[in-house]
Amino acid sequence: MREVAIIGIGQTPVREHWPISLRHLALEASLNALHDANIERVDAVYVGNMMSGEITGQEHLGALLADSLGQTGAEALKVEAACASGSAAFRVGMMAVASGMNDLVLVTGVEKMTDTSGRETTAALAMAADAEYEVAQGVSFVSLNALLMRRYMYEYGWERKDFANFVVTAHSNGMNNPNAMFHMKVTPEQYARCATIADPVGLLDASPVCDGAAAVILAPAEYARTLSPAPIRVRGSGIATAPVAVHDRKDPLALEAARLSAKRAYDMAKVKPQDISFFELHDAFTIMSALSLEASGFAERGQGVRLALDGEITLQGRLPIATMGGLKSRGHPVGATGMYQIVETVLQLRGLAGKNQLPNARLGMVQNIGGSGATIITTILEAMS
Amino acid sequence: MEGKVAHDWRLRGQRYRLEGEECPHCKAKIFPPRDICPECKRPAKEPYRLSGRGEVYTFSTLNSAPEGFENYTPYTVALVKLEEGPMITAQLTDVAPEDVRIGMPVEMVTRKLRAQGDEGTIIYGYKFRPTGLGHAH
Repeated sequence: MREVAIIGIGQTPVREHWPISLRHLALEASLNALHDANIERVDAVYVGNMMSGEITGQEHLGALLADSLGQTGAEALKVEAACASGSAAFRVGMMAVASGMNDLVLVTGVEKMTDTSGRETTAALAMAADAEYEVAQGVSFVSLNALLMRRYMYEYGWERKDFANFVVTAHSNGMNNPNAMFHMKVTPEQYARCATIADPVGLLDASPVCDGAAAVILAPAEYARTLSPAPIRVRGSGIATAPVAVHDRKDPLALEAARLSAKRAYDMAKVKPQDISFFELHDAFTIMSALSLEASGFAERGQGVRLALDGEITLQGRLPIATMGGLKSRGHPVGATGMYQIVETVLQLRGLAGKNQLPNARLGMVQNIGGSGATIITTILEAMS
Repeated sequence: MEGKVAHDWRLRGQRYRLEGEECPHCKAKIFPPRDICPECKRPAKEPYRLSGRGEVYTFSTLNSAPEGFENYTPYTVALVKLEEGPMITAQLTDVAPEDVRIGMPVEMVTRKLRAQGDEGTIIYGYKFRPTGLGHAH
């Protein structure tokens, strides 16, 4: 198996992009990545996307993007794993290069969520859950997270206000990311007072509906240095699954697929949690941040919230998270999110994260969660010295 | 899909009678039916009807609902731990949201889940209510 490196990155701002279509969002991020890598052609194109069929009436995104790029003929596929689609496409791209089947690969995550009404988008997002035994009962994606958050608070004695710093930190970091959806500070008081969507989840516990695309170019690490002045090595990659329905999981608060995928990534990278400099986690909801920190080995069961309370997750803390705003402030264009996380991690490792640059960013970890925890993908990246 | 005739007809045993399965090997009770035992991973296709009694494991009241349920807000959904072991996702009924507690004993009843406009299918299924409210069912 060959080592794989990232030699180029691209992204669009995350916004409600009324004037820009799905295909043009994907095109813009992809062209930015090709330009950054200073190449014109790739062997293959992998597109991470969750709901283009449902929202835009357009599937077959692999061929669509290859054609839009003027690369008709290239191998091209769409990869879908709900909100983990971005990292899933990245994983497929990585395997294609690692195996020797392809040398230069473009991976693009894209999602267009604002062409439909809020209700229709909510219903489309719910397709990540079990259609017959969750969604048919009237649960929304938000309420699945609410079910987990309520039980977590009950079992470990936390109150909703204890989650505030996940939100405060993400929004504070997003202020300095020009591509973030929100440039808006949030105070603990605003968090406490916000409208309730599905109790105990409030509006400020949740990430926003938005549009965006982000992309990378992958190449074999052995000649990445000849292609890029600052290549980033893929040190570890792990993917794991759990039952799609929360009710089918033996221990709903365990986020077992996160534990397994993180373990696989750590094993491949030959590192431990304490070696990780920063963690771009999947803060689609505050409860997911807590569960992800615990399952990935950064906190004991029931103590993920403690890291937020103690300020360990800020840019100055022991384990910075959401360094460019996270899903909460940068936004969560679902199938693009995993690729935004990876692009932002590359920015940190290249030393190009601007005002949010971490001083000693050596190993960056990304975790992308599909559904309420059924597909979880963990990636560990490192600057090639 | 939801609201498609064959789809809803196919689920009638589960929606109206909580028809699950029992594993012939380890005797685990299974709902929804999945034909492979989630406990011992061996084939398990023996029909088994669950009692419909259980307790609330967690719950949430929705102020904002997905398409198709918008006329029913606010309503409360729960994970109910059934006495035979499986957990099930369902709405709670006949109880005010502020009166719901984790650990509350509940029982299954058949109720309308949603109607699809004036001419579409009316979909019935299981909901759960506090135990001891009603008469024999």
